[in-house]
Amino acid sequence: MVHGELWTVKELFVYPNEYIYWSVQIVMYPFMTGLVAGAFVLSSLYHVFGIKQLREMARFALVFSFALLFVAPMPIVLHLQYPFRGVNIFMTPHFTSAIAAFGIVFSAYGAIVASELWFLYRKHFVEVALPLKEKQDKSLLEWLKFIVFCSLTLGVYDVSEETLKRDEKAIRVLAAIGIPVACFLHGYAGFIFGSVKANALWMTPLMPVIFIMSAIVSGIALCMLTYIITMELRKWLWSRKKSSYRYMESKQELAGVEVNVIRITAKYLLMFLVLAITLELLDLIFRGYTAVKSWDVIRSVIYGRDFTDIFVLQYAIGNLIPLIIFLLPGLTIRRAVIGVCFVIFGVFMMRWNVVIGGQAFSLTFAGYMHYHLPIVPQDWETFKEGLAGALSIALMPFPLFWVMSKIFPVFDAKESH
Amino acid sequence: MINRRDFLKNTAKGIAGIALPLAAFEIFNPGKLFADKSDSSKVRYVFLIDTYKCVGCGMCVKACKHENEIPYDANVTRTWVERYVMTKEGETFADTPKGARDGFTTSRIDLGGGKFQDIRQKDIEKAFFVPKLCNQCENPPCVQVCPVGATYQAPDGVVMVDRTWCIGCGYCIMGCPYGVRFFHPVYHTAEKCNFCYHRITKGLKTACVQACPFGARQLGNIKDPADPVTKIIMTERVGILKEEYGTKPQAFYLGLDREVK
Amino acid sequence: MQELIYEVQPMKSHVFRPLWVVIGLVALVLIARFFYVPKSFGVHERGYMYGWYRAANVDDWNKVTVKYQGTDYCKDCHSDKYESIMTTPHAIIPCEDCHGPAIGHPSDPPKLPIDKSRGLCLRCHSRLDYPTSGRSKIRGIDPDKHNPDIECVMCHNPHKPSLEGLK
Repeated sequence: MVHGELWTVKELFVYPNEYIYWSVQIVMYPFMTGLVAGAFVLSSLYHVFGIKQLREMARFALVFSFALLFVAPMPIVLHLQYPFRGVNIFMTPHFTSAIAAFGIVFSAYGAIVASELWFLYRKHFVEVALPLKEKQDKSLLEWLKFIVFCSLTLGVYDVSEETLKRDEKAIRVLAAIGIPVACFLHGYAGFIFGSVKANALWMTPLMPVIFIMSAIVSGIALCMLTYIITMELRKWLWSRKKSSYRYMESKQELAGVEVNVIRITAKYLLMFLVLAITLELLDLIFRGYTAVKSWDVIRSVIYGRDFTDIFVLQYAIGNLIPLIIFLLPGLTIRRAVIGVCFVIFGVFMMRWNVVIGGQAFSLTFAGYMHYHLPIVPQDWETFKEGLAGALSIALMPFPLFWVMSKIFPVFDAKESH
Repeated sequence: MINRRDFLKNTAKGIAGIALPLAAFEIFNPGKLFADKSDSSKVRYVFLIDTYKCVGCGMCVKACKHENEIPYDANVTRTWVERYVMTKEGETFADTPKGARDGFTTSRIDLGGGKFQDIRQKDIEKAFFVPKLCNQCENPPCVQVCPVGATYQAPDGVVMVDRTWCIGCGYCIMGCPYGVRFFHPVYHTAEKCNFCYHRITKGLKTACVQACPFGARQLGNIKDPADPVTKIIMTERVGILKEEYGTKPQAFYLGLDREVK
Repeated sequence: MQELIYEVQPMKSHVFRPLWVVIGLVALVLIARFFYVPKSFGVHERGYMYGWYRAANVDDWNKVTVKYQGTDYCKDCHSDKYESIMTTPHAIIPCEDCHGPAIGHPSDPPKLPIDKSRGLCLRCHSRLDYPTSGRSKIRGIDPDKHNPDIECVMCHNPHKPSLEGLK
């Protein structure tokens, strides 16, 4: 079987070489980079615009963004026929291609987030490294901890008031530069699709903007969801253990999620959600109005074959219901959880409808291709390009985030600025 | 007075800084960027297809598979033939069973999924065959979107793929409006018709041109005014596929019908 | 917590420390590049957009074996078949169309296939009367009705296919 043949069913007149080449991993990739960008923008809302109520969320979002950053290239690594040759993008980049921007943008963004995290947690690194330095006989674990934290200080041990103030300024600058870079990180993913003139569904100048808007939406939503879950989890764990070594934690912190933090974050979520919906509807209306050559086949896909995927799953469940939930006054945590879950699902469906939907019709405009997502993996190919592969990618950020929170603790109020 | 430590530190930084440009700046050579577009090359390969002469025998597809080592049973092909049947009621049916690897041996149209369309002879208004292959475009969108420079255009116009460099992202396959590209089932790199480059550079014809008994396929050099193919392209009414994409395809069709996709 | 005594850094700003790390990493990548990228890789005749490639690849493609040799390659040794077919409408068909590529025949492969299947003949001779197509000019049969279970070559000689010469 040729690549793509296994999960493609052709109908009517399709060119012989046409298959669904860009499958679920290419759906996961913009989804993950969108989460990265969205989480970062959320964090910057505090650092750059000084929205005080978002302080707790900001630290959380930044670390989560960094964890997501390591997961984001994984869909590509799984998709490439030659994953190890992926390094060619850095070695001989062809900048006329949007994908070549990946090397620069990703590295730049990674550098910015890593630097921002360094400034944010520098004091914590010093405070962990120095006592360990003094300690004479270290256990193996302590040795490892010492090496890690010592190198993380980058040789800077000054934690005076003045240097900390400089750190704060650096954070603000990095967060400010980071916003356009984060937008670029996801905007270029939109450009990857929007610039393909051969694909009638993808080609629109609105594509990069739609992607960015929905990316921010998904990032904010995921941060809200993870924040709620983590805070509630901590509260539950604390209430089960004895309080002997938790004497430092004030009762207030363990009250769980602050409803105000959620409400103000939801406000921003709503703003970007409205923008994303507006742009997508605009695209649809324009297509119908101008009715170019491809409209007949695209209409049959949008209003016919993919109607449920687009209007029920993406627009109704993913956009309309969350819109109502967040517009109604008196937002509760429970409603917020349902809302953000639907939003994340909606953003995923948007990526699905763009990537898979764009391959649902043939280049002939006189045939269709149906995508059967491989559910049960039978070999490496059906694993990596199937449900199992997609789920692995989706779950990967969480253990990574847990590991990172050991180095960049997200809950101890003392370590942050 | 500079102390020894600072002197050594700064020297090391300086050497590192100088060593860098030597390795780095081969990404862009400004001179080559503004390469001579006026192009002193004496050869620019083009293709001519006569859809009146094509009978749909599929010998070209078979020959191409053997010549270019594309596994015979794999459902991908560097070239193929399409059939169009227009009925008196104004309906158009089109198919390309296995890319016409085995020719067209039945009047029933293959609709995919095991379904066939029977068309009565007396209902046919017109019907014809259209061979397709890579158009070796003058503005190839597939080359533009390759992120690593694995696919490229040679000075004589032929677009090729470097199998040792291709990472298999599939962007070029998505970028081609004509659907001529695919993943090679054995090499797992992007693959497409390259005008049998190993033959034409030795003065031979492409495998499909040689295999066609009816002369429906011709290879030419548009830069040679004495070339019979060039003469036909310049003097007769020829069409190209999907002109609206701006790719400037270099495969020319005689008898191109409005219904051809 | 006890007081920590640490060395005070001279009053240079530490803010640029991460930047040096980043520059260092970039330098490493550029050095790796120097060893990894083949020497013939660069911008060639068609410019950066269309001519960014490893020039040595052109030679790789030129080295592919030529498989189809053309009818002239066959006609000297197989002059009987050649002369027979040349007086018939089948003269336009290259030998290798039906017999497969010659490659290095007769050394390798020593024999070329003789395909006697109906499918080979039906490529042209399954009658399709298509107005405006050259196909309609080829005489043919309905494969489901005309002796469907025997090979065409039982009665027709491909190198001398005239209906008068039927076996």
